[in-house]
Amino acid sequence: MPRCGYMIQRGSFKLQTIKKTPPRNLATMTRYSTILPAVLILGSLLTLRASEAAEAAVPSQVTMINEIIEQGWRDFEIRPASEVDDSTWCRRVFLDVIGRVPNKSELSEFLASKGKDKRAVLVDTLLHDDKYTEEYASHWSTVWTNILIGQSGGNGRDTMISRAGMQKYLRDSFARNKPYDRIVFDLVTATGSTKPGTENFNGAVNFLIDKVNEEKGVLATSSTSRIFLGQQVQCTQCHNHPFNQWKQQMFWEFNSFFRQTRSLRRFVDGTRDVDHAELIDEDFAGEANDPEDALVFYELRNGLTRVAYPVFTDGTAIGVSGFVSDIKRRSELGRMMLASENMDKMGVNRMWSLFLGFGFTKPVDDLGPHNPSSHPELLAKLAAEFRKNSYDLKQLITWITLSRPYNLASVLGSNNEIDDPSIGEMPKFSRFYLRQMSAEQLYQSLVTATDATSQGSYEEQERQRNRWLQQFVVAFGTDEGDEATTFNGSIPQALMLFNGDLTKKATSTAGGSFIDRLSKTGKSPRDRVNELFLTGLARRPSRNEMTIASKLLIARKGNEKEMLQDMWWAILNSNEFIMQH
Amino acid sequence: MFNNWQTPNGMSRRHFMQHLAGSSAVATASMTMGGAIKANAEEMRKNGKSAILLWMGGGPATIDIWDLKPGAPTGGPFKPISTTGDLQICEHMPLVAQQMKHLSVVRSMSTREADHSRGRYYMHTGYVPNPNIEHPSYGSVIAHEVMDQRPGLEIPPFVSVGGASAGPGFLGMAWSPFSVTSNGQIRNLKMDLEDNRLLQRMAALDTIETGFSKRTRDLPASEHAKVLKKTFDLMTSDQMEAFRVEKEPEEVKERYGTDRFGQGCLLARRLVEAGVPFVEVDLGGWDNHGGIHALFKDTKLPQLDRAMSALVEDLNQRELLKDTVVMWMGEFGRTPRINQNAGRDHWARSWSCVVGGGDINGGLAVGETSSDGTAVESEPFSSEDLMTTVCKGLGISTEKTFTSKNGRPMKIAGGGKIISELVA
Repeated sequence: MPRCGYMIQRGSFKLQTIKKTPPRNLATMTRYSTILPAVLILGSLLTLRASEAAEAAVPSQVTMINEIIEQGWRDFEIRPASEVDDSTWCRRVFLDVIGRVPNKSELSEFLASKGKDKRAVLVDTLLHDDKYTEEYASHWSTVWTNILIGQSGGNGRDTMISRAGMQKYLRDSFARNKPYDRIVFDLVTATGSTKPGTENFNGAVNFLIDKVNEEKGVLATSSTSRIFLGQQVQCTQCHNHPFNQWKQQMFWEFNSFFRQTRSLRRFVDGTRDVDHAELIDEDFAGEANDPEDALVFYELRNGLTRVAYPVFTDGTAIGVSGFVSDIKRRSELGRMMLASENMDKMGVNRMWSLFLGFGFTKPVDDLGPHNPSSHPELLAKLAAEFRKNSYDLKQLITWITLSRPYNLASVLGSNNEIDDPSIGEMPKFSRFYLRQMSAEQLYQSLVTATDATSQGSYEEQERQRNRWLQQFVVAFGTDEGDEATTFNGSIPQALMLFNGDLTKKATSTAGGSFIDRLSKTGKSPRDRVNELFLTGLARRPSRNEMTIASKLLIARKGNEKEMLQDMWWAILNSNEFIMQH
Repeated sequence: MFNNWQTPNGMSRRHFMQHLAGSSAVATASMTMGGAIKANAEEMRKNGKSAILLWMGGGPATIDIWDLKPGAPTGGPFKPISTTGDLQICEHMPLVAQQMKHLSVVRSMSTREADHSRGRYYMHTGYVPNPNIEHPSYGSVIAHEVMDQRPGLEIPPFVSVGGASAGPGFLGMAWSPFSVTSNGQIRNLKMDLEDNRLLQRMAALDTIETGFSKRTRDLPASEHAKVLKKTFDLMTSDQMEAFRVEKEPEEVKERYGTDRFGQGCLLARRLVEAGVPFVEVDLGGWDNHGGIHALFKDTKLPQLDRAMSALVEDLNQRELLKDTVVMWMGEFGRTPRINQNAGRDHWARSWSCVVGGGDINGGLAVGETSSDGTAVESEPFSSEDLMTTVCKGLGISTEKTFTSKNGRPMKIAGGGKIISELVA
């Protein structure tokens, strides 16, 4: 007999039947399998806020994720890690949803809250409570800015990109929870000016602004197909790929969609300094100079020349006219991308990887048939659900964060030793994989943990943060602007955390600093060391850790602020702090 | 509790430990000096092998530098000149021409990866990219293999100068490149803290670190601890002096060129002298889809010529070249055909790499390409072959097999064949 649960979503509620298969073993019994009697739920409705009641039932998508992932465990005969404790999970979900660790009061509020659905309530709060909107939008804007224009896009001297413009567009979109498909459409089709405050400002243009003018827009072609469709086509620019289904012809057909588009530099009056740039669509005469038949040429390896027109990856062709009044090629492309299942899959795969540390494919943006996926069925179903639910990113985040794999401890046990994607195994998501925070998450977390009230306007703070982030970027010296980061757990990063200004500031003992304020709270040094660990690591110190704190207090000749400073320094430099776990 | 931080190696560590011994609470008897070795640069270099990779990011047109085709429609405007070796190279490389007796050009490189990131991976590792495993790069492999010749080395064994290089793959973060800018300045090196207090902080850190590693049992946690140890070593080592390229006489700096690549090559020499097993120096900007020849003549080649020749000359003069393999390569070559923008596009089918030093024979042109450069007309060589040959030239066993972390056996350098002309 099917059991019933009630699902109430943001004020309204509807009845939903949840299919439950009986738990197969202890390990599969999650707290989600407990469905409260309907009467109880209805009764409590009178007192609960709608959003609190919202999570009383599990979204069917969560059940679907759990079933498929659990089936994988059975297939590989592994047992998952146990469920993660509340405080670690709280830290985890804060980092992933709003980009920083919880502060002390947020953590204690969560730990003190009651109810089986307290995790669902926290996710709901992070996603929907106004007090987090800004941080949510800012975090996701940071993540997507790096994906769309790289870690250094917009920082060069002659660049056309406005990093601030890119971030503004994204921040506004995420703050309004603009559906994912609309964001993709905007980025692919936008026209207007790059820089906030200029006429025709449209920050979305910053994605393509430096990718269309050079080399016939090959960067626009490869970036758009890779980032949004998971198709790696850059090699096919010059030749048919040996094990990619893409052919050289398809590359230039896809490329043809971008050929009406141009970037124009706008200079500061009376100088040659670029002030901003504008992305426009204009009539394209084609390479044979016939706008009615606007074709492009490309060259085969054997020197023969071939012709291409705009044709989407599924073979759908559009008109051949290059006149914008006849046909806007990018808008056509955007429409066809939105109809493509690959866009749904790519969106889901990327979001999953951002929360679980690994996507269903590696690399995450290669969904080609040559690249097997760890959970093809789940990827397809989740993609379909994403589409069905109007590409609501917040719903997708809810499904992922409430799913069982996201709620496991980050412990590698003897029963799931083979589940180690860091050594090249396909991920089975039977534990939470340790991964390092991003540089941005570290920055925000330090600001939060030390309550550092940054000075200056929003723009000034952004500039400071950006300057700090740039120290980690290293370039590869290609025209494609490839780059890597030294914020990857290597020595330069360790040196920065040991000795850098950010750490100096965070561990300062000056009047009004975090340590100074902490030293005036609590009853004893023990209390204050506890606070330090809760703030940094969302847990209390172990006995060993408490012992070393008291030794340090002696070494510092009883100067407690200096002891707290030493301990805080050690916490901030630990693997436990820098890892998402 | 202090286990990880108590191995004193060099001079400053001794000083460090003396301080510590005097400090009260946290220091214990086990932390005093004991068997520290002060290895000076000369001892360290004895029999120690090194390699320097000059990485040409973007994929240089080797047809315009090492394998000219004068008169062919693909040949471009440059003329070949004679060298001290048994081969000719581009007229805009006159200083390197004087050093060619030490260097050989493999003109029959033939590879398949013509995409930057794939080519970079393949040429750095000897393996094509594989979604299920990350292979270790040149620097990680060689550093890993020759480290036992360097017991006293306190600075990272794999230094990447001015660029990004490629990672350690399954060998783990402890073998990842230490990236520095070409002026050798290292950010955040100084802590401004008394020695004993630093050590006490390290002890507290070690307690937290170890606890977390034990709880999670996951690799990234313990890898982090290894990197901390290396960072600590480096912060307290006299050997860091090697990075101070600014201490070189002006005359020397100018001979290498005062640009970033020149200073990077000079830094590479200093690091090899200090016993660093692998240094990669990056010179980007070779992705010349347009306007290639003017750029080569006026900028790229003079810059390369100065720095590369000075490096080889100095290594030889200091008797380091016999133990140091020098390599020059990018991710691929460029099309023999000159495109409509007077540039050359990506091309992996027929191109050149340069190698010399160590036990590698110099002065040779290995293999040949067709009269227009579009095809290899002798035995083709791959990244695996070149890497295997370099290992041989460094005395590293080419039979070596690694076991990746998931238990797969992986032959060193992709199990390539030795290019016999290069190693007698």
